[in-house]
Amino acid sequence: MSTKTLTATTDVITFRKQSPFKRAGSELLKYSALFFITFIFAFPLFWMVTSALKSDPQIYTLPPIWIPIPAHFYNFMDGWTRLDFTTMAINSVFRYTIPVVLGTVLSSTFVAYGFAKVKWPGRDAVFFICMLTMMLPWQVTMVPLFITFKNLGWINSYRPLVVPSFFGSAYFIFLLRQFFKSIPEELSDAARIDGASELGILIRIILPLARPALAVVALFTFIWSWNNYLGPLIYINQDHLFPLALGIQRLNRIATSMGTSGNAYPHLMAVSTIIALPIIIAFFLAQRTFIEGISLTGIKG
Amino acid sequence: MTTAGIKLRKLSRSESKGLLWGLFFISPWLLGFLGFTLYPLIASGYYSLTRYDLIREPVFLGFKNYINLFTNDPHFWNVMYNTLFYVGFSVPLGIGAAFLIATLLNSKIVGRSFFRGIIYIPSIVPAVCSAMVWLFLLNIQYGAINAIITSLGFQAIPFLSNPTLAKPSLVVVSMWTQGAAVVIFLAALQDVPRSLYEAATVDGANAWQKFRNVTIPMTTPVILFNLIMGFIGAFQEFTVPWLLTQGGPMNSTEFFAIHLYRNAFIYLRMGKASALAWIMFSIIVVFTLILFRTSARWVYYGGEE
Repeated sequence: MSTKTLTATTDVITFRKQSPFKRAGSELLKYSALFFITFIFAFPLFWMVTSALKSDPQIYTLPPIWIPIPAHFYNFMDGWTRLDFTTMAINSVFRYTIPVVLGTVLSSTFVAYGFAKVKWPGRDAVFFICMLTMMLPWQVTMVPLFITFKNLGWINSYRPLVVPSFFGSAYFIFLLRQFFKSIPEELSDAARIDGASELGILIRIILPLARPALAVVALFTFIWSWNNYLGPLIYINQDHLFPLALGIQRLNRIATSMGTSGNAYPHLMAVSTIIALPIIIAFFLAQRTFIEGISLTGIKG
Repeated sequence: MTTAGIKLRKLSRSESKGLLWGLFFISPWLLGFLGFTLYPLIASGYYSLTRYDLIREPVFLGFKNYINLFTNDPHFWNVMYNTLFYVGFSVPLGIGAAFLIATLLNSKIVGRSFFRGIIYIPSIVPAVCSAMVWLFLLNIQYGAINAIITSLGFQAIPFLSNPTLAKPSLVVVSMWTQGAAVVIFLAALQDVPRSLYEAATVDGANAWQKFRNVTIPMTTPVILFNLIMGFIGAFQEFTVPWLLTQGGPMNSTEFFAIHLYRNAFIYLRMGKASALAWIMFSIIVVFTLILFRTSARWVYYGGEE
């Protein structure tokens, strides 16, 4: 597959010298490679959605049914009510995602301004330390943090996951600092001459200009907390506090034990679809923000 | 306190004003750094020298946890092998595939952002959801992939339940989430100045020579970046392997992060888990340093002397 891909692209670069026949051939090769790759990437999620619309016998039929007729839309309702997913969705949104997004955006903006726009002795050395913390695997701090939060009585609450976000995230501090640095110094200097304080400059001048960068931070933080599995796994073990990510695993256990009965797998796929949907919708609504965010900073989603 | 006072007196008025504002703005990070990074870092170093089960007080052991891991642990070297296998295949294959896909997307095509979107989406979909789909797809009895294989007259393949196949299966699943690397590579490829290709064409270079001598050198900084991020990420990979195989079958997918989690939160061996974490940290630091050192030989930073 890979060699095919290579010839396809390289041929195209030199297509001007080729005969129209050969050119059409390389175009064909290029698009077949593209569609093949796209098919592989799209297939698992496509399969998730179609399986969510099947009933038990359809889902195991050979050869596989690609598009089920009739589509069983009630799987979404039945799967959702199989466990208390409504409570889990409320937990995911209000106890976890929204507080974490707020905390990260607020604190990282604040800190990034201190690193980007205020001149103070020792700033670059401290910023370097901030960047170094990105190298630290979370496993190193995991055990002592767990012990600390346990002693504070924070197990089975969202505080261990939410509170640290109010103290800035090194990735986003870096991202916002780069963005703030690209805002001309003259703007802040003019405001300083007019008697504005640093806080006033941040709020009135920098923030309105930094909206696209803040959107990137909010978007990626939303995805990270919505998708996070390990954090809740460590800190939350009471069912009524579960976020969606833990609930889906519980449903998987039910499906594994029930196998081909009771529409367990269609339900699992239906709930997976519902949980993945906000991310996919967010991507289509903010595709540019995503692509610019990743390509600017190299942050992985 | 006193040293800070002396230092402040040496600074001019505007400088000390700047210092106060600077510290004011970075204070959230500074407090978080002290409480959520520096303290736990030191504490985990200490715990790694103890036996600690959360119930009784930690018992100081010296380096016994480390010595036991290296010389007297039935699982450690197996975990190490599993992790290196996973990292060694998933990172180069994933990055190589991402680079080729990005090259393809960078050629003259219609609908680039459509293709890019489809390839990128799997990397942001919740890992739990994609793990559920892959569990279902790879299932030996009713998975779609085995359905196709058996309908062609072959034996069903136990992708996740055979110790030899489980690791390669997880590598394939990890390649499916390389979309972010594709986007980064594509951005880098689009930044390569067209004039370089034109100059190469004038010099009579063919397509392969241009790819080899223009495209690759100009994107080496991004290749280095993706290699380092990919390595660090793969070494710490937890969620998808944990959900797909839980370390099995026969410990064949017991990776470092899984083993660490198991020791800490299932066996409550906080000391051993901390020692494992420090070993992991050391490996990551050493590997990153080696990559940076050798990068001087193969990474080209345009325009810099």
